[in-house]
Order: sequence, then C-alpha cells, then structure tokens
Amino acid sequence: MLNNITLGQYYPVDSLVHRLDPRIKIVLTIVTLVAVFLVGTLAGYALILAFCLLVARLSNVPVRMLLKGIKPLRFILILTFFLNLFFTSGTELVHVGFVIITREGLRQAIHFSLRLVFLVMTTSLMTLTTSPIQLSDGMEMLFSPLKVIHFPAHELAMMMSIALRFIPTLMEETDKIMKAQKARGADFESGNLIQRAKSMIPLLVPLFVSAFRRAGDLALAMESRCYHGGEHRTRLRVLRITRMDYLACVAVAVLLALVILESRFIPKGLIL
Amino acid sequence: MSIELKHVNYVYSQGTAFQHTALQDVSLKIQDHEFVALVGHTGCGKSTLVQHLNGLLKPTSGQVLINGEDIHGEHTNRKALRQRVGLVFQYPEYQLFEESVEKDIAFGPKNMGLPEDEIHRRVIAAMEMVHLDPARLAAVNPFELSGGQMRRVAIAGILAMQPEILVMDEPAAGLDPQGRDAILGIIRDLHQTGTTIIMVSHAMDDIADLATRIVVMNHGQIAMDGTPREVFCRADVMREAGLEITEAARLAGTLRERGLPVPEDIYTQEEIRDAILRLWKEKVHAQ
Amino acid sequence: MKTERIRTEQVGFTYEEAKHPVLEDVSLKIHEGEFVAILGHNGSGKSTLAKLLNALYLPEKGDVFVCDMNTRDDQHLWDIRRNAGMIFQNPDNQIVATVVREDVAFGLENLGVEHDEMVRRVDEALNSVGMTDYADASPHTLSGGQKQRVAIAGVLAMEPRIIIADESTSMLDPLGRAEVMNTVRGLNRDKGISVVWITHYMEEAAMADRVIVVSDGKIELEGTPRQVFQQVDKLRKLHLDVPHMTALAAELREQGIPISDQVLTVDEMAEEVLRLVCPSN
Repeated sequence: MLNNITLGQYYPVDSLVHRLDPRIKIVLTIVTLVAVFLVGTLAGYALILAFCLLVARLSNVPVRMLLKGIKPLRFILILTFFLNLFFTSGTELVHVGFVIITREGLRQAIHFSLRLVFLVMTTSLMTLTTSPIQLSDGMEMLFSPLKVIHFPAHELAMMMSIALRFIPTLMEETDKIMKAQKARGADFESGNLIQRAKSMIPLLVPLFVSAFRRAGDLALAMESRCYHGGEHRTRLRVLRITRMDYLACVAVAVLLALVILESRFIPKGLIL
Repeated sequence: MSIELKHVNYVYSQGTAFQHTALQDVSLKIQDHEFVALVGHTGCGKSTLVQHLNGLLKPTSGQVLINGEDIHGEHTNRKALRQRVGLVFQYPEYQLFEESVEKDIAFGPKNMGLPEDEIHRRVIAAMEMVHLDPARLAAVNPFELSGGQMRRVAIAGILAMQPEILVMDEPAAGLDPQGRDAILGIIRDLHQTGTTIIMVSHAMDDIADLATRIVVMNHGQIAMDGTPREVFCRADVMREAGLEITEAARLAGTLRERGLPVPEDIYTQEEIRDAILRLWKEKVHAQ
Repeated sequence: MKTERIRTEQVGFTYEEAKHPVLEDVSLKIHEGEFVAILGHNGSGKSTLAKLLNALYLPEKGDVFVCDMNTRDDQHLWDIRRNAGMIFQNPDNQIVATVVREDVAFGLENLGVEHDEMVRRVDEALNSVGMTDYADASPHTLSGGQKQRVAIAGVLAMEPRIIIADESTSMLDPLGRAEVMNTVRGLNRDKGISVVWITHYMEEAAMADRVIVVSDGKIELEGTPRQVFQQVDKLRKLHLDVPHMTALAAELREQGIPISDQVLTVDEMAEEVLRLVCPSN
C-alpha cells in the first residue's frame, strides 16, 4: 500500500538530465546559483529563465513540478518583495500618505524576489532529476578528498542510504502500531495540543524500540557480510563522466559567461 | 453478539495507479460462541477483512453490522463498538510501550474511562487468563520478558477490555512449539468460557484442533465456508487457494486412492488412527 | 572422508549480564556438502551457536574452526565471514541497500571485489535464487520469501562454502517458507554448499541430512532425521514437535500393529499401511 511513496522531490523518469553524473549536477547547480547572484538586470534573469526552461524541457519534468517548489515560498516571496519595496531609502518614485516607494526599493524588491525564485527553481531542477541515493553518492564523492581531515564522507552516505532503505519500512510499521493502539482505544486525533502530544507516546515508544531492534539486527547482518567501513571498498554503482556531462559543463559555462557580460556591459538601471 | 459483513468491497488507494481491490463482495455472518478460522495465502485479503471487523477500515461499499447495528452508521458509537470486538494484531508484542506489565495492560481499560479499582481488577484477571502470575510479573518491565511472555502481555491488554468477540491475526506466528501451545491453550480456554473467536492462521493442524468453522479466502473473496470436516475433505479447493490440508486428511486421501475403504471425511489424527486400526483388525480376523 | 567445513570444540558461551551459560561443551562437525539442521526451542542456545559459527561472537571456552581457520584469529576474520555466509531471521533487517542488485553487491563491495567481477557475480547470484527479474526493484516492495532470497543471493555472491540460516523462515508464511527452503536445498545440492539450518520447525529439520537437537545449551540428540524423530518421548520432553506421521506410527505400534518406527512422511505411512493391511501380503 505504501509502494507509491516517493522520497524528496525526485521525479522518476528517464532523460538526458537524469542521466548526468550527480557530482557534475551538484557542481553545476552551485555554478548556476552563483550566476543567479551575479545578474545585474532583468535581461540576465531572462537568460536564467530561458536556461531553466531548457533544462526542464530536456529533463521531461513538467514545468508545473518546478512551480510546485515555489508555492510553499509564496508568503516569504511576498514579504521579501514588500519589505524591500517600502523600506529602502533612495530616490522617491511614489509618495502616497505614509507609503514611500523609491527607485532603489523597487529595484531591490524585484531583484531579491527573483533571486529567491531562481534559487528554488535551480535546486529543484537538481532534486527533481537526481534520486536521493544518487545525491548522497555524489556528495560522498565530492567530499571524499576531505577524508584526510577525517570528514566522514563515506559514513554519512551510508547513513543516508540506510535511512532511505528503512523509511518505507518504518512508515508501514507506524501505520500498524497506530492501528493496534487504536484497537486498544487510543485516540490520536482529539484533545488539545498537550493531550495530543501525550497520546503519541503509545505510538512513539514501540516505534523507537523497533527502530533500535532493527538497527541492532542490521549491524550484525552488515558485519556478517564483511562490512568494515569505507576503506578498501569498491562500488557496484560507479559514477562515470560521459560526453553529456562535458556538454552540460559547457552549457553552464556559457550561461555564466553571458551573465557576467550582461552584468558588466548593460548599465544598471537601464532595464532595472 | 453477532457480527455480519454484507457485500463488503474494499479498494486500496482508489483512484491512483496503485489501486488494488482487497475485498470483493464479501458476505459473512458470525454468531455467538463460534470459533472461526480465517485461512488463505498472503495477500488474499484476510488482514484487510480482519480490520473491518472493528471499524479500523471502512468498506468502500457494503456494510459491517454488529448486533444488526451498522458500525459506520451516523449515530453509532464506534469507540464503544471497538471495545466489544478485541483485535490482536500479528506480533502484538511490538506494540507494548509502558514501563510495567500492569500499566501496559491497563492502557485499554483506561481509554474506556473505567474507575481505577475496576481497571486493577481487570488487569489481574487478564493476567491470570494468559497464565502470567500477577504477584510476580505485574511490576516487571515488559521489555525484559521472553518473546512468548511479551505476546501474552499484549493479548492480556486486549482481554482486559473484556471483548465479546476476539479477533486474532496469527497469534502463534514465530513462536516455538512450547510458546505456540501456550497461546493456543489460552485461546481454547477463552472460547470455552464464552468468547467468540475469529483467528487468522496458516497452521492447519492448529485449526483442525480448535476451530468450529473455517472460512477460506482467495483473491479477496470467500472461496469456501464450512466446518473443518467439510473444508478439509476438499483438498482441491484448498490447493487452489494455496493451502494445505492436515496430514491426517492427506493420508486418508492417499489410502482411499489406493483402494482402501477409508471414510471420506477424516481429518484428525485420532480418526485416521482408528480407521487404520479397524482395517488392521479386519485383516487379522480374515486370516 | 569428506572435507570438514566447521568444527567446534567444547564450546561454551555466557552472555555478559546472564548468570548461566547459554552454551556448554558443544562439539560438532559439519562436512562439505552436508545439510545439517539444528533444532531447538527458543532460548535453547541455537541462535548463539549460529553467531559463533561466523565469528560474530567469539567462544568463551573452546574453539570454533571454519574451513580450518580459528575464529579467534583476527587475521582471518573476513575470510571466515566470507566462507560462512549468514542469513538471519527478520527479512527486513538484513537488507542494506535501496535496490535489490545493490544489496546483493554489498558483501562484494566490502571485500573490495573489482567492478566487472562484481557485476558478474551479482547477476549469477540473483539467477541462482530466481530473483533476476527483481534486480532493480526496491526491497520494500518484495514479499518476505523474496526478501530472504535476496539475502541468500547477497551471501551467495561472496561464494561461501557454508550457509548458516538462523531461523530464516520463522517470520514467513508457508509459501515463503517453502520458497526459501527449496532455494537453499537447491544450492546445497547443485553447488555443494554446506548448510547449517537453525530452526524450531520439525518439518524443516526432517528434510536435512543430519539433525542436531540442542536444549539448554547442550547437544541432546544427533543423527539422521529418522534416528532422531523416532525418539518421540524424548522430543516431547524437550518441548519439540514430533512429525505427525511418526507420532501416528508410535500410537499404532502401541495398539499392537507392527508398523515401522522409521516413518516420517504421509507417503511412507501410506506404503506401510498398504503393506500391512492389504490381503495379498
């Protein structure tokens, strides 16, 4: 019954973007974010938007999925917009009663809100096209040079992987325990906040007990299959950088170059 | 107290790509003092059916009636009905959570809003029913008990609510022969003292020993419904539902096929033993 | 004489907080290609014994040898665990990865097996347990029996000489139990892998080459299933089941019918009855 849960945002289809190496995707996402912050005028945002739409198109992810990521942020967006609009000093544009809108305020409001939108859009593009397990793989590889300073890159990735493996199992278990306690007259729905928090104890205690038992079992099973940390370990899933990855790097480099040119040569204030 | 299912259908995740019909037009009436065994292979709909019996699941269509009253009716007090139908899930020891055996068993009665002294009385009575010594074990942390004991604590937690119908999903699963016999003995006693029992099980020999009626499920439907004698002589229907019959019934069938005059409705060890003895005596007489 | 795979010499073991030892003076041998069932009730010490057989625990007294390597010898730890692969009770709690194929590869990754060889062994192991079609599935979508087969494949990929199954069927339904039992039986027969099958199900022990009955940390009975199961009274005293047909034979003998005490299965019983009551005999 819980076969249909998808974790995080991952949109499981096949595409050129999905097949990119996760390490490359993480790095390119960061570069794109830098580009977003370098943008000087609306023309720059138009560039970024075009790029995002292009990637979305190539990734077979519907644009509405991209917009879905922005939806929860709408209040913060509106707040950012109006705070900047009303509380930035500079050349007055409009003055109605106690409301003063300045040229700088308008510019800042638009810039900050758009940055926020693209920030979410770019990272969404990555998480929509990269499964959590690939993400953790990519992170592990990217952070592995830090192992020399004892950064636990492998351990973190292993934890991530085990967590992903056990989330569906524990969800099923939660459902089962909840039903069992309901059969004993437990009430998880009514009462005030404190009562409701208290009513969670019969659910949480068995869940924790079970999680610890599973952890103990799993540790034994891993040991019996010769697990001894990340050293001298090989991987079934190997990450290979392909021609598509190079192409993607070039595309993002071009985007970055264009944005830098735009921020240098189009004077600020011309198109905002 | 009777429990009745009328044309119950249940569909999981309706309207999604994962839609799956778990129960299809199931009608079933269980009377007072019956001991019904619910059998079928995994995924046949037994567990879904069981969860309908005390209103944990609501049928997609159809009705569940307790003493003629619709469990999902507008004016039904579902909480009160739930107390009259006790449901023991598979591996019930995994739902223990209190720091002492007594407190854990008291959880159900407490939720019913009973007075303290009544709760205490019920806890003691429930512990005795599952053969746990109240004087020795009431204050013990349930997590320190053995697996079989923990399961009995969990069952006592339901018994303390004094249900008239007890529904159990594989109460002996995972226990060794001793633990299994202890649990089945408790269930037999409960039945004899008047509780209606509905038990899901895979162990045909346990069922042959205990049940007064067997309901066979297959593909979300009732494939057969009858006394153990009626059900165990239908090896064909059972096999189709992915189930075995008792070894005694199998032996009787094999002997009959080989031309020996063995009665058709044999399913217990005693019956087949007596049949073989009879054959033997006839042969000795003939010689 | 066949090669010895496992040998325990007067092994004793006590858990830290316990007063009494769980195992006392256990000596046994498992040979190449043998299928040995260890039968005992809960708390008999059989699971502890299993964990001693691949160095998850070390004996308090005595020694355990796996393919002639002492489990006390740190140097051989990974070799011992690779050679004596273990399958546990709970199907959920021994699968590490989010994809079946990757879980099967887990042991090989730990051993540092090179990539192409790893792919070959994973495919072969999945094929041997009949799970090739599920290579890319998520473990949580599988049935209990299928999960156990994945666990077996994970062990098999390490090319072990012995498989130790610690109550690996006790959480499964009858179909799942048969599925797992048949898989392991097949590996024993076709690949000559020795099997130590720990269980409290008499029916499963009846299918072994040899049965060792453990109670209170000691070996109580040992022999072929027929030799062991004909001791009906002793088994009952040890709180173990007796095969129905063996028990029936014992009852019939009590009534004066000269029926063999070697009967285990329905078919054997039918033959015996026919032999005794058919007029032609």
